[in-house]
Amino acid sequence: MSNVPTDLKYTKTHEWVRTLSDGTVEVGITDHAQHALGDLVFAEVPEAGRKLSAGEPFAVVESVKAASDVYSPIAGEVTASNPALAAAPEVINSDAYGKGWLMRLRPAGGAPTAALMSAEEYQKLIAEEGG
Amino acid sequence: MAFIPHTREDVESMLAAIGVGSIEQLFDEIPASLRLAALSGVPEAASEMEIGRLMSERARLDGRPLCFIGAGAYEHHIPAAVWAIATRGEFYSAYTPYQAEASQGTLQLLYEYQTMMASLTGLEVSNASLYDGASGVGEACLMAVRANRRSRSQRILVPTTVNPLYRRTAAAVAGNQGLVFEELPYCTEEGCIPPGALARYDGQDVTAIVIQQPNFFGRLEDVDTLCDWAHARNILVVAVVNPTSLALLKPPGQWGTKGADIAVGDGQPLGVPLSSGGPYFGFMTARMEHVRQMPGRIVGRTLDAAGRAGFTLTLQAREQHIRRAKATSNICTNQGLLVTAATVYLSLMGPAGLERVAAASHARTRELVGALIRVPGVRRLFRGPAFHEEAIALDRPAAPVLEKLTARGILGGLDLSEHYPELGPALLVCATETKTSADIERYANALAECLREARAA
Repeated sequence: MSNVPTDLKYTKTHEWVRTLSDGTVEVGITDHAQHALGDLVFAEVPEAGRKLSAGEPFAVVESVKAASDVYSPIAGEVTASNPALAAAPEVINSDAYGKGWLMRLRPAGGAPTAALMSAEEYQKLIAEEGG
Repeated sequence: MAFIPHTREDVESMLAAIGVGSIEQLFDEIPASLRLAALSGVPEAASEMEIGRLMSERARLDGRPLCFIGAGAYEHHIPAAVWAIATRGEFYSAYTPYQAEASQGTLQLLYEYQTMMASLTGLEVSNASLYDGASGVGEACLMAVRANRRSRSQRILVPTTVNPLYRRTAAAVAGNQGLVFEELPYCTEEGCIPPGALARYDGQDVTAIVIQQPNFFGRLEDVDTLCDWAHARNILVVAVVNPTSLALLKPPGQWGTKGADIAVGDGQPLGVPLSSGGPYFGFMTARMEHVRQMPGRIVGRTLDAAGRAGFTLTLQAREQHIRRAKATSNICTNQGLLVTAATVYLSLMGPAGLERVAAASHARTRELVGALIRVPGVRRLFRGPAFHEEAIALDRPAAPVLEKLTARGILGGLDLSEHYPELGPALLVCATETKTSADIERYANALAECLREARAA
C-alpha cells in the first residue's frame, strides 16, 4: 500500500503539491510514482525563474529502467529547485514527500490548488490503477 | 519455434476478426489514381550470375585512379588484419544489440571503442557511435540545445569553414525542431574564422557554436580563443574533428581553459574504405556534465551478482524504445560493423602508429602543395598552417581541368566553386600516407599539361 499523506494535494499524473507558509508551493512525485519507476539515478530539475503553465513538463526523472516527464500541477514561476538531487537522486525513493521534493513554485493567480485531488481521491485513483 | 510470421489461416482469422474480406480491401481508401499497378522503368529481375557480371563491368569503369580528394573522406592504408577480424562471425553484425547483455563480446568491443574515442578527443564520455560525421553535427546541435538550459534562443553559430555538406545535413536534421543556424563568414585570406567575427554576438543569447578543426579548407582555427570566447558568454562549444588529426593536434577536451563541450566527427579515416561514399560512421564524445543529453547509448563495465566483471548498457533510458517521441534522438546506430573495424584499426595502430599516419599525411600534403604551386598558373589560396589538406587557386576554371586529370587517371581534388564561388577557380587537395613522391610528381606534371591545354583551347 502506497503512502499518501492527507495534508497534500495530488494530480492524476502522480505529482504531489504542498502549500508552504509563504504562499509558494512545493512539488514532487508521489511514493506510488517512485515505487513504479524503481531506483532513481538522475533528476533534471528546472532553473529558478522559469514560467510554467499547468500540465507543462518541468522535470525528467530517470530510473534504471525509464526516464519520465514530471508535469507542473499548476501555473506559476519556479522559485527554487532541489539542489540535493544532483548528488543524491535516490532521496526521491527514500523520502518522496520530504527531501525528495523537485521544485518550489510561486502560483500564478490565487487559490490554485483547489482543482487538485485530495489524498482520498488520489488513493482511489491508484487503487483503480492496481497500485 | 518456427519463424513463420503468419500462415494463410492466421491471415484469414485476422481478417474475419476485423470484418474485412481480403488484404486488398484494406487499401480501398487510397484512390485508384494514386495506386501503381506495376513499376515502370525497372528491368526484369536478373540472376545472381547476371548481376555479378554487370557489377564487375561497372566496377571496371571506375578504374584505379590516383586520389587526391579529401573533403571529409580520406584514403588511408587499412592493414589487412582490420577487415579479416571485423568480418569474423563473432563480430559480423551491423547492430548494437537490443538484447545487449547476451552479447558480451560486442559490448566489450564497444566499451573499448568508447575508451579510445574519449581518450583521442580528451573528453570524458563517448557514445557507441552515430550514423556519420554530417548527421553527428546535427545531433550535437540538438544535444547542445538540451544541455544549455540557460539559453532559450536555440541559436547555433556555424562558421562557413565547417564542411558545407555537414552544415546542410545539420539544418536538415535539426532545422525543423526550431534550431536557428547562423552562418559566420570566413577570412578569404587565411581561410579561417576571423578574430573579429564574433564581436557582434556579444551580449546576445546564443546556444552553441560549431568549430571544425582542421576546418574544411584543412586550415587550423584558433580554437583556444574561440572556445574561451564562447564559454565566457555561456555558449556551448561543438567541436568537429578528424580523428587522425588528433594524434598530432590538441584534443577538443583541451581547447581553451575549459575544453569543448561536445566533439563529433566522421570515423571513416579509422579503417573504413572510401567505398564510393559510405557506409561510414560518426563518433560523439562529451563532457560528463552533458551525458544525460547525449543521443545513443553507452556501454559500461560492471560486476554481476556473483562479483564477476561484465559489460552492460549503462545509458539507454532516453532512447526511443523507452522515451518514444521524447527520446534524445532516434539513433541507436546500425554502424556497429564500421565501429568494429575502427576499434581493430586503432588497436593495431596504437597511439604511435596513428601519430605516424597523421605526420606522414601532413608531410605528404606539404610536399603535394609545394609541387603544385610550382606549376605555372597555380598558387596557394590561404596562408597559415594546415593539416593534410589545402586549397589551391587555378588560373583556369576548375571543372574542365579536373575532367582532363580524371582522363589521365588522377582525381585531382574537390572543385571548391560549388560551395565557395567567391574563391574563383579553386581546388581542395589532400595527400595521405598512401601517396608517394612519384605519385605527387605525376599529379604535378599532369596538372601542368592540363592547364596548358586549357589555356590553348
